[in-house]
Amino acid sequence: MPQYLVAIQHPENYDPSLEGEAMIRDIGALNEEMDAAGARFFAGGLESASHAKSLRKQPDGTVSITDGPYLEAKEHIGGFWILECADMDEALAWGRKAVVACRVPVEVRAFLRIRPNRKSLSHGDSQ
Amino acid sequence: MSDVAKTIEAVWKIESTRLIAAIARVTRDIGIAEELAQDALVTALELWPREGIPENPGAWLMTAAKRRAIDSLRRGRMLLQKHEEIARELEFQQQQLADALEHSLDQVIDDDILRLIFTACHPILPMEGRIALTLRLIGGLATTEIARAFLVPEKTLGQRISRAKKTLSEAHVPFETPSGDELRRRVESVLLVVYLIFNEGYTATSGDEWMRSTLADDALRLGRMLAQLLPGESEVHALLALMELQASRSAARRGKNGEAVLLPDQDRSLWDYAQIQRGMTALEQAQRLGGGAKPYALQAAIAACHMRARTAEETDWDRVVLLYDALLQINPSPIVALNRAVAVGMVQGPAAGLDALDAAATLAGDSALAGYHLFPSVRGDLLMKMGRLSEAREEIQRAIAMTKNLREQELLANKLKQIEKAALSA
Repeated sequence: MPQYLVAIQHPENYDPSLEGEAMIRDIGALNEEMDAAGARFFAGGLESASHAKSLRKQPDGTVSITDGPYLEAKEHIGGFWILECADMDEALAWGRKAVVACRVPVEVRAFLRIRPNRKSLSHGDSQ
Repeated sequence: MSDVAKTIEAVWKIESTRLIAAIARVTRDIGIAEELAQDALVTALELWPREGIPENPGAWLMTAAKRRAIDSLRRGRMLLQKHEEIARELEFQQQQLADALEHSLDQVIDDDILRLIFTACHPILPMEGRIALTLRLIGGLATTEIARAFLVPEKTLGQRISRAKKTLSEAHVPFETPSGDELRRRVESVLLVVYLIFNEGYTATSGDEWMRSTLADDALRLGRMLAQLLPGESEVHALLALMELQASRSAARRGKNGEAVLLPDQDRSLWDYAQIQRGMTALEQAQRLGGGAKPYALQAAIAACHMRARTAEETDWDRVVLLYDALLQINPSPIVALNRAVAVGMVQGPAAGLDALDAAATLAGDSALAGYHLFPSVRGDLLMKMGRLSEAREEIQRAIAMTKNLREQELLANKLKQIEKAALSA
């Protein structure tokens, strides 16, 4: 089934510790609803963008690591869902709910349907 | 279709199950619940294009359905006002019902959805009724979509659904989650419905498979839903595992020209390894719950043997035979015996496979396998490997005549070509 990224766009300097109880409850309810619909493939929140590290390849071939997000922007991804939906319309319907629950804009993007790569699979490993 | 109409369709798809489940908690009748939910949908189709899509479409639909329900209760009361005694009694009941609706729709609990699933898959219904009702009420599919997927006229499918609803209503089937032994029996029915839907999509029984592969996705979704709602039932996880493992091969099952590619010939780099992992995790969950020897768990374990092998030759065929032995013990079906014969052929050579196959056929009697094209197909394959080419040719021709599926016919025609080639070089 096609997969869609629903990315939560937090404003710069967003402080997750200030999220109200109602909002946490709404997001929890939305997660449960996605699970009950068999739609949620993955969900996770990210630490704030100020804790990000950015890596750039230097002309001499070395890789430099700097503190902070790669792009200076007004919004950064604060968390995301990966949903399995029949089509973009359905992903957008979930996106609408996400906007309401998270009180910030979200971005919905379809994953490219690339051929999966051969990966080794250990016996019964559940990771 | 306009953007708004598309949005409404998508909203309906993700909201309808909860909507119907919540209303049914009060009406105790899934037919009426579905009609009320449908009424809300119709209202949305009228209003949203004009007034815009509400901020919370799900809650909006709930409120609209609630209003329709209370409305229809009041209308029912008007008709009965003549008989005052009865009317007062009814009024009281209806007020209670209206109050209950008011509360019920504020919060949908998973139990409502479970009750809906158990009712839609009630053994009192014929299997085709269960399937249609499940896809309609829990899968959120439109009647047209279901009709197209099952290659039946829309009218037929509509009748199937209304007959099923009528049966449930007339038999006063309680809207509840069964318990104890009854639960086990009813879970079995639910799982069978889901697996039949999956198979209908995964191996379309006739015609071209175009519209139908989405049924496999619908079934997977139902399976994931069930795993959430019934986390303690091992076979629920086992069926999910089986479906994930089978579906993970989807991309490899078609060649460049859309022709079918069988498991041994598949390009394993095309398998979806993320999905395989999910299947393995679900299988482990089933085993952890102590259900490793149950039918779906055994079938999933067999699928897992295939998925773990880097090449067809590396498959642990010994283990596959053992698992089929165990499966035959609890489910002595000719089809299981046939699959076991294929595995025996891989372990001990085609002659042993042929013996096992013919023994299975004798045991089953002619009638059980009479219409089953895989029997001559497997037999032909084993005979070819043994170099008995003219017998092999006859079997494959027999198989071609028995299947309606175009892809399968192509596949068998290719096998026939291989046999001709082998005969030429012999």
